[in-house]
Amino acid sequence: MTPFPALTSRSVVLPQANIDTDQIIPARFLSTTERAGLGKHAFNDWRWRADGSPQPGFAFNQPANAGRQILIAGANFGCGSSREHAPWALVDLGLRAIVSSQIADIFRNNALKNGLLPIVLDEAVVQSLMQRPDDELVVDIVACELRTPDGHAHRFPLDAFARTCLIEGVDELGYLLLREPHIRHYEEQHHAR
Amino acid sequence: MPLKAPRTLFDKLWDAHVVVAETDATPAVLYVDLHLIHEVTSPQAFTALRDRGIAPRAPQRTKATMDHSTPTTQADADGKLHYYTLASEAQVDLLARNCAGHGIELFDMQSADRGIVHVLAPELGLTQPGMTIVCGDSHTSTHGAFGALAFGIGTSEVGHVLATQCLLQRKAKTMAITVDGPLAEGVSAKDVILHIIGVIGVNGGTGHVIEYRGSTIRAMDMEQRMTLCNMSIEAGARAGMIGPDAVTYAWLENTPRAPQGDAFEHAKARWSQFCSDENARFDQEIAIEACHIRPTLTWGTHPGTAIAVDRAIPAANDAAARKSLDYMQFESGHALAGTPVDVVFVGSCTNGRLGDMREVATVLRDRRVDARVRMLVVPGSELVKRQAEAEGIDVIVRAAGAEWREPGCSMCIAMNGDLVAPGQLAVSTSNRNFEGRQGPGSRTLLASPMTAAWAAVNGCVADPRELFAAPAAAREEVA
Repeated sequence: MTPFPALTSRSVVLPQANIDTDQIIPARFLSTTERAGLGKHAFNDWRWRADGSPQPGFAFNQPANAGRQILIAGANFGCGSSREHAPWALVDLGLRAIVSSQIADIFRNNALKNGLLPIVLDEAVVQSLMQRPDDELVVDIVACELRTPDGHAHRFPLDAFARTCLIEGVDELGYLLLREPHIRHYEEQHHAR
Repeated sequence: MPLKAPRTLFDKLWDAHVVVAETDATPAVLYVDLHLIHEVTSPQAFTALRDRGIAPRAPQRTKATMDHSTPTTQADADGKLHYYTLASEAQVDLLARNCAGHGIELFDMQSADRGIVHVLAPELGLTQPGMTIVCGDSHTSTHGAFGALAFGIGTSEVGHVLATQCLLQRKAKTMAITVDGPLAEGVSAKDVILHIIGVIGVNGGTGHVIEYRGSTIRAMDMEQRMTLCNMSIEAGARAGMIGPDAVTYAWLENTPRAPQGDAFEHAKARWSQFCSDENARFDQEIAIEACHIRPTLTWGTHPGTAIAVDRAIPAANDAAARKSLDYMQFESGHALAGTPVDVVFVGSCTNGRLGDMREVATVLRDRRVDARVRMLVVPGSELVKRQAEAEGIDVIVRAAGAEWREPGCSMCIAMNGDLVAPGQLAVSTSNRNFEGRQGPGSRTLLASPMTAAWAAVNGCVADPRELFAAPAAAREEVA
């Protein structure tokens, strides 16, 4: 995994709560055996009409939002299905961070494995950020801070291990493979029975 | 020596599987006893292993089935299956090649044991108390019904388990949900879990593992317990679990893959330790009285929008609720009962077991599905299908005008061509009512098998307690 880059971006706002992974990528796009190229299906049924033309009102179809790397979303983002296709699609869409007052467990785990940073902040802070999508936000992963142009720094929680992995580009599988002696020992202790 | 602090079931399951303990800086390395895979969330994991030149560490601990993309229509006379898309068929073929290439046991389309992953593993006895069980599927929480720690993972983690038989995990918090008292007639485990999600909210369990306790839970059979644990994820919980008891052991004793003979007795002694100690502390405790639970459905676009069948849809207090109502084409203040229904779906890992099929047959016997309704009944596995057919359930279902299908996930996730058309309203025994879940533009009411079947007969949402009420004539006489 490549190290998490310095991130400065304006944001895209999807204010509704409980955006589930079926909305992030509908199940009919899960027949792929690849992980690349799913960005075109991100938020498919909100973003595209049945005839394939863009829904003009949808945030990701606004020309002004093109290239923005931060999504600010309502509470409980990523609930539902465990499909990792959801963060694959969001990263392919160009996103690097999701800001919400609550992010569902499995989605958060999956996001971290794909360099997509889950940023959980108080609901009031999230609401205020939603009002100012054109502010350039600075995500400082070393300090675990999201900074706004008016000088506010909002600390966000980030597991120490996840932070190290993101900063150093460490991949979890590599880390697990190095635990081989421990795994072997566990198996000898527990499976000898 | 200090007394050992009382531990919860989750604590015991966790402690028994820690390979490397967690620290502030690093998560625990947790051993996985049983890894279940299916065609949709495994291909990219096998690719990741191949790219790194790694073979599965313990292929005998991984079991595979095909369920999400598979057709529920019968094969042609020459055995040809009709997949919805070429991509679906290619995905299923790739699973077969990946399993063959790595020595992983696969329950394929020819297998007499094939089924939905969360139906198959428990009925074979692969799912056992005291185990850690994971699958690239959020409804893995189902297996917690046996006193296992079972949870859904992403595809990267499927790769981690294939490669190392372990996962990196932070220990979750615990929540006890105690349900006490007898359930009323017409009220099932599905109503209990929908009620619970309605109470704690669609995110009420986030960061937690739920243990279900109390006399109501103890009185449930294993199928009902699985229905309950299955939907723990719909409250945001990592896992749901129930301590094993005589009901659990009776189920396991009749399964082919559980320990047999003396080994079974030995296993039972070990399994019985997996219960919460008296006075074990939970981070959250919630008590629910069974007498307050009525037949329950959802009105909105997430499972937390659960209300009793005779209650009115609540006022929309926020933008999300208004969006839900708008999508569902419902109005606050109206009851769901009487709402015309287009499709009824019975099946899925939530309610695709023999008991569910029996419940539906009880309702459909000597009745007809309303002419306006399309009803699909999809057994959760080949075994459920065989058992149901041995009881003549398929005949009752067909005689009522419903379709009796081949096993699979079917219309729950609508990947295989079993779709609810845009704008149509479905009453479904599955687990998710998200926008478009059963097909683009589909509208879903989640309900129990009995409520679903009764809706099919009535052509509209109806209260299944009517099935138990005194006949109208008798009531008039009394009046």
